[in-house]
Amino acid sequence: MSDTKPLVDVRDLKEYFPIHTGWGRTLPLKAVDGVSFTIKPGETLGLVGESGCGKTTVGRTLLHLYKPTGGEFYFDGELVTEKNMPSLRKQMQMVFQDPYSSLNPRMTVEDIIGEPLDVHHLYSGRAERREKILSLMETVGLNAEHATRYAHEFSGGQRQRIGIARALAVNPRFIVCDEPVSALDVSIQAQVVNMFEDLREKLGVAYLFIAHDLLIVHHISDRIAVMYLGRIVEIADANELNNNPIHPYSISLLSAVPIPDPRIARSKQRIIPEGEIPSPLHKPSGCAFRTRCPYATERCAAECPELTERSDGHLVACFNK
Amino acid sequence: MSEKILDVRNLHTSFTTDAGEVRAVNGVSFNLEEGKSLGIVGESGSGKSVTAYSILQILTDNGRVTDGEILFKGENILKYTPAQMRQFRGKKCSIIFQDPMTSLNPTFTIGNQLMEAILLHTDRNKEQARERAEEMLNLVGVNEPKRRLKQYPHELSGGMRQRIMIAMALASEPDILIADEPTTALDVTIQAQILELMQELQKKIGMAIIMVTHDLGVIAGMCDEIIVMYGGRVCERGSAEDIFYGPAHEYTKGLLRSIPSVSTKYEKLIPIAGTPINLLNMPKGCAFCSRCDSALKICLDQVPEEQLVSPGHYASCWLNVKKQAEEAGEAQA
Ligand SMILES: Nc1ncnc2c1ncn2[C@@H]1O[C@H](COP(=O)(O)OP(=O)(O)OP(=O)(O)O)[C@@H](O)[C@H]1O
Ligand SMILES: Nc1ncnc2c1ncn2[C@@H]1O[C@H](COP(=O)(O)OP(=O)(O)OP(=O)(O)O)[C@@H](O)[C@H]1O
Ligand code: SF4
Ligand SMILES: [Mg+2]
Ligand SMILES: [Mg+2]
Repeated sequence: MSDTKPLVDVRDLKEYFPIHTGWGRTLPLKAVDGVSFTIKPGETLGLVGESGCGKTTVGRTLLHLYKPTGGEFYFDGELVTEKNMPSLRKQMQMVFQDPYSSLNPRMTVEDIIGEPLDVHHLYSGRAERREKILSLMETVGLNAEHATRYAHEFSGGQRQRIGIARALAVNPRFIVCDEPVSALDVSIQAQVVNMFEDLREKLGVAYLFIAHDLLIVHHISDRIAVMYLGRIVEIADANELNNNPIHPYSISLLSAVPIPDPRIARSKQRIIPEGEIPSPLHKPSGCAFRTRCPYATERCAAECPELTERSDGHLVACFNK
Repeated sequence: MSEKILDVRNLHTSFTTDAGEVRAVNGVSFNLEEGKSLGIVGESGSGKSVTAYSILQILTDNGRVTDGEILFKGENILKYTPAQMRQFRGKKCSIIFQDPMTSLNPTFTIGNQLMEAILLHTDRNKEQARERAEEMLNLVGVNEPKRRLKQYPHELSGGMRQRIMIAMALASEPDILIADEPTTALDVTIQAQILELMQELQKKIGMAIIMVTHDLGVIAGMCDEIIVMYGGRVCERGSAEDIFYGPAHEYTKGLLRSIPSVSTKYEKLIPIAGTPINLLNMPKGCAFCSRCDSALKICLDQVPEEQLVSPGHYASCWLNVKKQAEEAGEAQA
């Protein structure tokens, strides 16, 4: 392991949503329940797990789009608070899943990308503003003549580029990418994935890359964290996780990935967990995976397993594996 | 040899819209053998769903089949009377959609809807239908079937609802099951459960499956035969092995090249350049031409005919025509 200081250092992050269950009662929905990880400058951490396990909430809570219920977030060594968030916010951006709904269709590309420049007063005159916008467009592979056109005139892949150019306008050092290619056609996904990789090489941006397509996550990530019902159950180097998953949930998740190769797909031994994902409002006690886990023992119901290091940088939260 | 159960010939389907006539399907041909699985893949908007809906005649009012034949066990279903068509839809061919909520009625219980399907399509009485409904839920792996029958769709998870949809589709014991992106909205482990279930049921009941999806991984694991669509046409068709290990159309090749694999982690992905086509503004020649790195002059002007690549494997690409001509020339020389 290199000893570069982490840019992003998240400790025991919690986000509970109060849910009204009727008769004036509320229950906490523990969407994120004690999540810790680090990301180094220029590093990509992939975040995977099933729908509703809390991936988006982790991203939104880090950026204070939700007020954190608990935990600490150090950005480049500095504890992020409500007070200093506005000034740090420039260095952290988010790219959303849906390039259709996250852009105002009545704004031109120039104005969409220019907005954060205006907000943060990042130019001294019209000419510099325009220059910056054009250079951002070039960075993400958009033509200069697109500047005066409206967002709705563009294809999905192009809109995703516009969204990214906008996120880059403030020179962020960290970008949360929430399912940035899921809404795109397969033939377009590779363009956008390559662009993320180019930006990382050129600008040294660090990413938290949330996606459900494990092949894409494996491709782009240095390390991958697997979440289940609000907690990280395993975190490891991308290749290590792929070759040697240890947590029973990671094992079944990886075994369920449909591989686009008929011979491999037909001979693949799937280890699919029984049953459905429990509701996060009524999470099982102890290890949340125990209701679907073939290795569960009494201890799994009584205690919640913490992440422990199994080999260099490979952490797993399980009593029995 | 298995029997051809469905034979689609030169299917054309159009929609009338304010912006003009949208020719969503432009001469699609393929056939499906009894008990086999056929996958339809292709770009978004390439006409996969419209092809499936044309077979079942469930197009919206502005859409119609303008040409071609759809032969079910040798009979052209496009010539069916409305009554025959209802019979076909109910008993011979069922469909499941991506979003089960659009096809389940939120105001009726699962039991209500499932029993209605059974009563409508088989000759069982009410008591037998209830028993059959429970049996079906068991078959598709829904736990506590008695309790589920009394529940409403919104009380169930997405995976559970999709199982119910499969149970409804199977209630009539159809010969053909069409699945339009049946697992796209589901998580991978739930998706794997559903796909496994479909394969098991196929073995048990012996029905044929048409699987519409944009997910090459799903197709690779499920399908014997594959058709690849681009711009409302079939650009290539063949066995799963033909398509994955010997693709013969530039779009198929590009598609397979562009998806990441575990072994190419440190290589750049190879995208397909350009943007998807606009059906209202179709090029004169090959629909893929503007995105194709190997395009010839002729590709701009003329739509390539389907060529036989190897037994059972067809592709519509001028490069194959050129190659075959060159080989013929060499053979002569
Ligand atoms: N604003 C909110 N108020 C109440 N509950 C919420 C809110 N946002 C998310 N949740 C709940 O928190 C849990 C985690 O949701 P989240 O969107 O983070 O999951 P996810 O992992 O991103 O899922 P997906 O893969 O479907 O995007 C879910 O049970 C969700 O219903
Ligand atoms: N009711 C309709 N009216 C007008 N045009 C339609 C209608 N239904 C489909 N189309 C058009 O027909 C074309 C083919 O659509 P289809 O739904 O078959 O695509 P698809 O291959 O299933 O795509 P996807 O992967 O996005 O589901 C599209 O361009 C679509 O806009
Ligand atoms: S802690 Fe127990 S229940 Fe949880 S994954 Fe490990 S064995 Fe299974
Ligand atoms: Mg999410
Ligand atoms: Mg479709």
